Amino acid sequence: MATNKRAPRPGFVLDVDKSTPPIVFHHGEGFRLEKLPAGRTRILYPADPLVGLPDPDGAIRDALLHPIDCDPLPALLRPGMKLTIAFDDISLPLPPMRKPDIRQRVIEAVLDMAAEAGVDDVHLIAALALHRRMTEAELRHAVGDRVYDAFAPHGTLYNHDAEDPENMVLLGVTKHGEEVEMNRRAAESDLLVYVNINLVAMDGGHKSTATGLSGYRALRHHHNVKTMLESKSFMDQHKSELHHSNWRQGAIIKDAGIKIFQIETTVNNNTFGHDGPLSMLQKREWEWTARDRASFVTMHNGLKIMKTSHKRKIFNSWQAPYDLTSVQAGEIEAVHKITTENVYKQQLVPVQGQTDILTMGLPYICPYNVNSVMNPILVMCLGLGYFFNLYRGKPVVREGGVLIMTHPTPWEFHPVHHPSYIDFFEQVLSETTNPLEIEANYEKKFAEDEWYRHLYRTSYAYHGVHPFYMWYWGSHALAHLGQVIIVGGDTRAVRRLGFRPASTMQDAFEMASDVVGRQPTITHLHNPPILMADVS
Amino acid sequence: MKIVGASTVSGAAKLVGMARRAQFPLRAPTVPRGIEPLPSRHPVGGDYDTEWARSPLARVTRAALVEGIMRPLVYVFGSPERVGADRLDDIDGPVVFAANHHSHFDTPLMLTSIPDRWRHKLVVGAAADYFFGARVTGALSALVIGAIPIERNKVGRKSADLARGLIDDGWSMLIFPEGGRSPDGWGQPFRGGAAFIAQRCGVPVVPIHLEGTGRILRKGKNRPSRARVTVTFGPPLVALPKEDARKFAVRIEREVAILADEAATDWWQARQRAYARDTPHLTGPTVGTWRRHWAVSARDKTVRRAKRTWPKR
Repeated sequence: MATNKRAPRPGFVLDVDKSTPPIVFHHGEGFRLEKLPAGRTRILYPADPLVGLPDPDGAIRDALLHPIDCDPLPALLRPGMKLTIAFDDISLPLPPMRKPDIRQRVIEAVLDMAAEAGVDDVHLIAALALHRRMTEAELRHAVGDRVYDAFAPHGTLYNHDAEDPENMVLLGVTKHGEEVEMNRRAAESDLLVYVNINLVAMDGGHKSTATGLSGYRALRHHHNVKTMLESKSFMDQHKSELHHSNWRQGAIIKDAGIKIFQIETTVNNNTFGHDGPLSMLQKREWEWTARDRASFVTMHNGLKIMKTSHKRKIFNSWQAPYDLTSVQAGEIEAVHKITTENVYKQQLVPVQGQTDILTMGLPYICPYNVNSVMNPILVMCLGLGYFFNLYRGKPVVREGGVLIMTHPTPWEFHPVHHPSYIDFFEQVLSETTNPLEIEANYEKKFAEDEWYRHLYRTSYAYHGVHPFYMWYWGSHALAHLGQVIIVGGDTRAVRRLGFRPASTMQDAFEMASDVVGRQPTITHLHNPPILMADVS
Repeated sequence: MKIVGASTVSGAAKLVGMARRAQFPLRAPTVPRGIEPLPSRHPVGGDYDTEWARSPLARVTRAALVEGIMRPLVYVFGSPERVGADRLDDIDGPVVFAANHHSHFDTPLMLTSIPDRWRHKLVVGAAADYFFGARVTGALSALVIGAIPIERNKVGRKSADLARGLIDDGWSMLIFPEGGRSPDGWGQPFRGGAAFIAQRCGVPVVPIHLEGTGRILRKGKNRPSRARVTVTFGPPLVALPKEDARKFAVRIEREVAILADEAATDWWQARQRAYARDTPHLTGPTVGTWRRHWAVSARDKTVRRAKRTWPKR
């Protein structure tokens, strides 16, 4: 393909004119084509996928042998030591990547060195904090069959359990009164190796261990409304209170004498591939070939008549052909600085000034519904939490502006993965959508509910408090925006979220005019593939 | 009178209309202003290669299409009156035909009106961005009407070289020097392409005036109507020594305007007005939009279709 041979182009801002073709909006397990108003609309397009490292295994080995501000990994390994390898869970990357997963490559390289050094006591832990446990198939996909078969049968490859009092240890309290706890095995190891995949700027750093291997007692200090309101945005480390809090907890972990060897990786944004059935989704619409158009028309119309369960099965089977763009290892903060630069290199798009209306098409997936259902709370979290916060500097939309999202927003929940979400939606959101009220009146009850604890520990359920965190994730956007409209969503579900439903994009613009006037400026976030607006 | 096959034609017109109204992604996307399109593996636009459409097989196919399909359709919709072809009797070799342009009906009309000597070795200069914007339309245009891509928005050496090569090989060329169909029923100023090519190749230009095609299928209309049309061939023009292409283009435009006058009145009145420098401009009066529209509708109503007794057609 010509696309592969061309040097990757940076992201850019398109000023919409009459020649601009209709724009593709993600719409859950489907798509919409929207003609945006000419003369006052701009579209933020992501950069082309960066070229991946030619020899990923060589690059990983090189990073382990030449770490930053740290001794080489072989020098840290010795016979008789306790080694723990923790790794990111199912929420990264999105969508799950094609085999071999980066975690598999890195973990195999680390284990290879450990074997050479004669290390016998090795545990592997999926650092999932309060997320649902990973299934065997998901673990196999992440770490590979070789690693799974060598460790899982002996009980040394497992999911982190934040509600097991015996296996959690309190490490201390920060100056701000934030408790810091960690998985006991990780904390008591001679060396903790953390294997990270950095998809967005929020990931990685101290958050990997301070959050991923932690529990409710520690997480509540930054997964709360106040922190979210003070994180503008939580993707911008310098202005993220979430980041600062994790860094404070990270300092306590360090002071507790826990030796961490951090391995961070970045991938390009080759989410839908250069060819294949979804490749048109990462092309600019005017560059679609006849084949792209034919594929899209077939897929679009096929999806319209397909049952939702079948659509989910198809989309959930998609694995992104991500390429590894960087790998760095060593001391957490030094490593994370370079990782963040590499993430920005792929994702940052310079944007001049704010807009009255921000539009976005929400896809079928977010970090918390892999192989699951995107319920209304996750729709809110993806739109107002993740996509709204994909900015540096200022939000893309002005204060008091309008956010228009497209998603079917079905009144539907995965009963195994999201049991507490169902009760949150029925019992809490029916009373109030105010994050502060929700936090004050309901959080503790859900977080300490024994049934939810039981499901989290033994089934595949997200923790009882997780829907609250999803709601808090959008609190900065809720405080910032004048109105939120969802196009094409289930009317009752959208109203329950406290948003306004619209049938068409034109209706949504009409409704938005009550807030932003008749000739508002509009900016569309053409995402995914992921981009981050650098707003000046 | 009921026309045989009229319903089929109307159905086809409906399909064409639907195809024209189709939006992206059913049709190729337009490129936003200021955006550099990706280089294509299958060049379109000015880079489209039409050589295959001049192979013997393609020429036979085209001749069959022109005589078997186009000619009956042109007859059904336009019942054309062809005037002045005798003015071409003395020309040998390739020529450049330059006609005014009101409608997509103009090309089929010309392909069935140009005398046999040139008709089957003729290429049509077609807007590269419009006819060759996609591979399918480019292929159809090249095969059915013998189109070659001409850049109308920029000066393209490639187009000029292609035209020169073809004329050197004995091909004649049909060009609509206005660069596009009339937006309002009046003519547009002639661009210099036809004059430039004729001058560069040392061949004559045959000015042609087409009257009435705008009533059949004007710009913006999808369904054709029936109306009588007239094709008036003018005397061949050759570039004068030291006359540049721009001045030659003006002369061609003036000659077509005289032919328009001749179609609207008669040859004698048209000649008188030509010598008096009183020939109405093709581009119409320089007045407000509604008055131009008013004038064009008045002109169409009063078109005189003189019953000619001489010369015989």
